[in-house]
Amino acid sequence: MILDAKIPEGPIEKKWTSFKNNAKLISPANKRKFKVIVVGTGLAGSSASATLAELGYQVEAFCFHDSPRRAHSIAAQGGINAAKNYQNDGDSVWRLFYDTVKGGDFRSREANVYRLAEVSGTIIDQCVSQGVPFAREYGGELANRSFGGAQVSRTFYAKGQTGQQLLLGAYSALSAQIGLGRVMMHENSEMLDLVIVDGHAKGIVARNLITGEITTHAADTVLLCTGGYSNIYYLSTNARGSNVTATWRAYKRGAAFANPCYTQIHPTCIPVAGDYQSKLTLMSESLRNDGRVWVPKAKGDKRAPQEVPEEERDYYLERKYPSYGNLAPRDIASRSAKEVCDEGRGVGPSGLGVYLDFSGAIKRLGEKTIRERYGNLFEMYQNITGENAYERPMRIYPAVHYTMGGLWVDYNLMSNLPGLHVLGEANFSDHGANRLGASALMQGLSDGYFVIPNTLGEYLSTQFGKKVSTDLPEFKKTEAEVRAQIEKILAVKGNVPVDEFHRLLGLIIWDQCGMARSETGLRKAIEDVRALRERFWKEVAVPGTGAELNQSLERAGRVADFLEFGELMCLDALIREESCGGHFRVEHQTPEGEALRHDDKFAEVYAWMFRGENTDPDLVREPLHYEAVHLATRSYK
Amino acid sequence: MSSEATSSKKPCGCCWPIFSSSIGRKWVVALTGIILVLFVIGHLLGNLSIFAGPDAMNAYAAFLKSAGELLWVVRIGLIICVVLHIWFTITLWRENLAARPQKYAVKDHLSTTVYARLMRISGLTVLAFVIYHLAQFTWEAFNPDYKGWVDAQGRHDVYRMVVTAFQCPFVSGFYILAVGLLGMHLSHGIASLFQTLGITSKKMRPLFEQGGLVVAWLIFLGFASIPASVLLGLVKTTPVLPACPLCH
Amino acid sequence: MSTMHFHLRLWKQKSGTDAGQFIEIDAKEIPSECSFLEMLDIVNNRMTREGKEPVAFESDCREGICGTCNMVINGVPQGPGRGAACQVYMRKFENGQTITVEPFRVGAFPIVKDLVVNRSAYDRIIRSGGFISEHTGGAPDASTTLIPKPVADAAMDAAACIGCGACAAACPNSSPMLFVGAKVTHLGILPQGQAERKSRARNMVRTMQEEGFGNCSNYYACEAVCPANVPASVIAMLNREYIRGELSEAVGAID
Repeated sequence: MILDAKIPEGPIEKKWTSFKNNAKLISPANKRKFKVIVVGTGLAGSSASATLAELGYQVEAFCFHDSPRRAHSIAAQGGINAAKNYQNDGDSVWRLFYDTVKGGDFRSREANVYRLAEVSGTIIDQCVSQGVPFAREYGGELANRSFGGAQVSRTFYAKGQTGQQLLLGAYSALSAQIGLGRVMMHENSEMLDLVIVDGHAKGIVARNLITGEITTHAADTVLLCTGGYSNIYYLSTNARGSNVTATWRAYKRGAAFANPCYTQIHPTCIPVAGDYQSKLTLMSESLRNDGRVWVPKAKGDKRAPQEVPEEERDYYLERKYPSYGNLAPRDIASRSAKEVCDEGRGVGPSGLGVYLDFSGAIKRLGEKTIRERYGNLFEMYQNITGENAYERPMRIYPAVHYTMGGLWVDYNLMSNLPGLHVLGEANFSDHGANRLGASALMQGLSDGYFVIPNTLGEYLSTQFGKKVSTDLPEFKKTEAEVRAQIEKILAVKGNVPVDEFHRLLGLIIWDQCGMARSETGLRKAIEDVRALRERFWKEVAVPGTGAELNQSLERAGRVADFLEFGELMCLDALIREESCGGHFRVEHQTPEGEALRHDDKFAEVYAWMFRGENTDPDLVREPLHYEAVHLATRSYK
Repeated sequence: MSSEATSSKKPCGCCWPIFSSSIGRKWVVALTGIILVLFVIGHLLGNLSIFAGPDAMNAYAAFLKSAGELLWVVRIGLIICVVLHIWFTITLWRENLAARPQKYAVKDHLSTTVYARLMRISGLTVLAFVIYHLAQFTWEAFNPDYKGWVDAQGRHDVYRMVVTAFQCPFVSGFYILAVGLLGMHLSHGIASLFQTLGITSKKMRPLFEQGGLVVAWLIFLGFASIPASVLLGLVKTTPVLPACPLCH
Repeated sequence: MSTMHFHLRLWKQKSGTDAGQFIEIDAKEIPSECSFLEMLDIVNNRMTREGKEPVAFESDCREGICGTCNMVINGVPQGPGRGAACQVYMRKFENGQTITVEPFRVGAFPIVKDLVVNRSAYDRIIRSGGFISEHTGGAPDASTTLIPKPVADAAMDAAACIGCGACAAACPNSSPMLFVGAKVTHLGILPQGQAERKSRARNMVRTMQEEGFGNCSNYYACEAVCPANVPASVIAMLNREYIRGELSEAVGAID
């Protein structure tokens, strides 16, 4: 099988324009005949639903939350990139494009990334018009800050709550359309399967989480905007509900899953404190502007940080990367923290932590300035850990934050399954092997506001007169399969809570498919995941019934999918015998311990195709052609 | 919980929506509140003439009486204000009760003030007092003798009537209690009306709250000073029989 | 790590139509470092192991921003301290303390199960006007309109609302005016929001009433519990905006 990315001809700067000039259009009179199902109402889903409804399509949107406003896009702190060059610091669409390709360690698709950079500016225009209260200068202009991996200030922000404000902007646009009756919103509805009719994605099966009712919904096309799968690690910065179920079920119905091993580990999170822990909290990357990262030079040094003299401290980032120092990119900073902890020099009760020390900055700038800059973060840290970071260094440790992998899509954001479109973090397309800060919000909104409204016609124009109804046997059969899966979970009647399996799975994946991966570790992880899955189906405890609000049942379904997905993730990591971005294979490193890419063999997308239960999936490769940029080694020394 | 589910209650179409709306009715309560506060302040200033002696007070009372029809315009206006103030408060309150069908098992007052929580009690007590107060001094229902009291200039001797009445500790006690509740009512009410009419800000609110408290205290002290002075013997009149029906 | 124990009284109610009651649980050996919701996770998992149905409660991001979690802890909506219930840590409680956990008691938020309530009324309020009608692609360049920093900051303070419902839950009258006022203020003070300013306030307040919420008595309990620190001055703004909107409609002024 060949995966055709359908990239338009022409020079990279002209591709999107030429696409739009030649794209197939659906007339306003015909748009209202087409029904679009949108699953997920985060940045991508809300913006797509609102925009498609404005254009005249009939939209049915689904979210498992009680309101579309709860999606986890809301938690993004830092900001959103856009090549506006309001600062006159030399930014351009090209630079944003290049930084993103380089930041992704040359494993993303050029044409998609260029388009992302190209529409980035209009996203800001759109959001400002909606009333998103971006930070302003005293003169009233929009303010910008700088972020990792870039030498220009192109990040727009709204306090430390940019994701919240952008999501609420998209949510309000969606709400307006719901109010006008153009979007039918299904809250508390979790998609449990995709319905395929004649090889095309034509509907979904959903479960109402309040009543337990299982319903089928038919449409002309389905848009999955269901986010990433970081929660496979159990502990991540993602919301508790974030899951892989929608994309995984689509995979099992024929959609290719691309690069599942590409996950991003954020270096500055509050360390794990114990088994009971349900969630890891991110501390903004901006802290590394003034904090210095260190561990004691000696192994097992249990002294309080204040008692460790200066000469016995190892400021390892400054030592290893003198030019970037504490501001080394996320993947590198994370891996370095892991290395020192593996050497037994980690701090805190668990030994899995490093210090982020502000004492120098406080001495230099005064506590008042530090309080002004980071007061809310210090407060948050104190609330969670009970420690005062003005008096003793913070303890931080990396945590899983984002997943670059996702369902494979072409330039039109359609997967290999005709009719199935995938937007936002749920697809694989724009970030390669590592995502730069402030790029996730940009991608979600670009896909929803500006890309899909233009590309959807390519598919829908082939679908005149092909309406399907939920009376078709395909719908009945899929619904029956969903019911059977739920019955199967309820029938186990074991005595081990779902959370316990999820936690154990997280430990396996974190240890073997986390910051550093090895062949033996990955092989072992695959075995362990299989064994855990077997145990799950014998011992999981799900009290209650399927015909009511049953949170154990919801989680069990999601964890069952994670238990299958984990195997694919490890397999992908095993096959990719190189180190790139967030994927670090210990066998492939430079003598200095830096990531070693093998562009000759691996400059390609790995897309996995389901072939059946307990059967190895098929691997389909999409070669990545770099015509506009030259492959280069990332160096931050 | 699907989005189609909407409530059946529609805003009343037959009357001006402002008067059926939550905020509109509160505006009426606030605006009538302003008028009533101004009345209370005016009334207090008039009453304080007692400290200037019988002549001043009786002259003031005679001046009011001379207003004739105008006095009735004011009285009717005040009655309308009182009725609207109370009526809209009651309709709002009934909705508030209905909005929480089941109470909390554990109650925490959070930052609500005792004045705010006692608004209805203080308001209704003040209403009862006002009726009593009118019966005592305006209708002179408790002691028909009052009607015949005139001073040297032939004016109604309001001074003697008031001082006589306040010589009774029960009358004074109830009066002080009532104006105390009035003060409490106003301490929330005055600050609150700025919020309801939307003429406050984050910065101004503490000022209005403290200002409301100060005005409320001044009003309380002003009113309470009269019976207190009478009881303490600072304000005196020719000794007569106690007039209070309770004391007989 | 030290452990603590608590005496819990948790609200259990099978569905909105069933009667509910408190169940009493002795929660032993709770790590003192864990959060309130993690304590409930532990209790729920113990109940699950014993074959009992756990207590349903909502949560998602667990970092205080999504607004999903909602419960009343010892009479305080979203629990002691600033922030949502997920930001409450057990070290704030005394060892051996009795902790009562109830759902939000607001008629317009009917109980779904245990501690879970239906807050869709808030979505319907937003749908009736809490937006700027701006169709995608029609926006002028973002730098076209200058917005003074104090205005942008004030809009942000109001826009920070997480839509959790604690304001209505804390209000003795079950009034959501802090929520409605936050949106009316956020959009009403920005230049982009002027076109629909009057109709927005009018329509959102009307929907608020149709949903059966109570009326504001300026108690400020909402402000005291708001996890997002939304100031009650937004209610003053709402009061002003609404009357303006209603009056201009009544006299036939051009909106």
